[in-house]
Amino acid sequence: MTTESGLTPSSYMQHHLTHLAQPEHGGFWTVHVDTLLTTIVVAFLVFGFLWLVTRAATAGVPSKRQALVEMLLSAINNQVKEIYHGKSPWVAPIAMTAFVLVFFLNCMDFLPIDVMAKGVSTVGGEHAAWRFVPTADVNTTFALALSVFLMMIYYSIKVKGIGGWIHELFNAPFGAHFLLWIPNFLMNIVEYLSKPLSHSLRLYGNMYAGELIFLLLGMWAANSWLGVTLGGLLDLGWAIFHILIVTLQAYIFMMLTVVYLSMAHEHH
Amino acid sequence: MNINLTMLMQAAVFVALIIFCAKLIWPPLMRAIEARQKEIADGLAAAEQGKKDLSAAEKRIEEMLLKARTQAQDIVSQGERQKVESVEKGRTEAREEAARIVAAARAEVEQEFSRAKEKLRDQVAELAVAGAAKILEREVDPKTHAALLTALKQQL
Repeated sequence: MTTESGLTPSSYMQHHLTHLAQPEHGGFWTVHVDTLLTTIVVAFLVFGFLWLVTRAATAGVPSKRQALVEMLLSAINNQVKEIYHGKSPWVAPIAMTAFVLVFFLNCMDFLPIDVMAKGVSTVGGEHAAWRFVPTADVNTTFALALSVFLMMIYYSIKVKGIGGWIHELFNAPFGAHFLLWIPNFLMNIVEYLSKPLSHSLRLYGNMYAGELIFLLLGMWAANSWLGVTLGGLLDLGWAIFHILIVTLQAYIFMMLTVVYLSMAHEHH
Repeated sequence: MNINLTMLMQAAVFVALIIFCAKLIWPPLMRAIEARQKEIADGLAAAEQGKKDLSAAEKRIEEMLLKARTQAQDIVSQGERQKVESVEKGRTEAREEAARIVAAARAEVEQEFSRAKEKLRDQVAELAVAGAAKILEREVDPKTHAALLTALKQQL
């Protein structure tokens, strides 16, 4: 893309940050086809692999693939057990799904942006847009965080009952005095709003920023062969560092999910 | 940053994946892991039990060995004692037997002697009677008498 004439840094960035939206100006009813399809394909591959491993799973001597998956499973299970002391059999699978999905969607960031963009423009025409990192789309992170948020409310009501939950909204964290009902409620509203916001925006911010830095480094290639070389080296460095961010963000997302769900189980 | 329908669709994907994971992946794998853990724990417990059994058996073997050894020693010493005893007994018995035999022989000799004596006495008496009869039948002849007496003497 960088060698095309009439390309400015801002048009380069803009091109890379445009979603393939259908319908193009549909307001709320727009769908980011790239985000959705990438997610579905990645999920299909990863969870398909997990399913294949599970189908061949044995309690005897495990194959290497099974050992790998079991390692992931028991690591997540241990983390969940440390934080969550309830009995719901769903929390650990939710944590696992969150981790695996977020991790592999984050990993799409390792695809070299300009090579992928070249591929996209070859297939779909010069102005075809396709963003490969679903977690750099705020829709994805909000979708995950809001799902967790709803589960949180579901578990709160399930454990404490609707009355207990409403009682808690007005009587915690400050105390049960009637003068404190309003401050308590406001505090809880802030808490309930901040959870999905920080949950989703942390992941979104990290992945979006990571993508931006790849783009900025990609622009070095517009200068000369020196720029290409230096830009390539920096790109490599950032990609290596990004392995840490990708894993860490997926881990943080999973941990927050577990923490929120276990907080929903707690009585104040 | 525009929120749109994508979010709802992604949420649907997420929930579907959660259900898939919670129903088809997590339980069977966890079961496999737990079954293996139990197997390993059982194996370790069995090994521990085996070790314990082995040491108990070793102890028992040692005890049995000790007992057998003392028993053998007892038997040997008993045998020794028995041997000495039986030898002693044999000796005593032999001595007694010998004494009995000697006594019997002696008694027999005695008996024989007395019987012979008796017989002799009878014969002497007979001879005396016969001699007397002869003397009485004939005239007592000193010469004949002397001859008779010599014969008598010889017969005695």
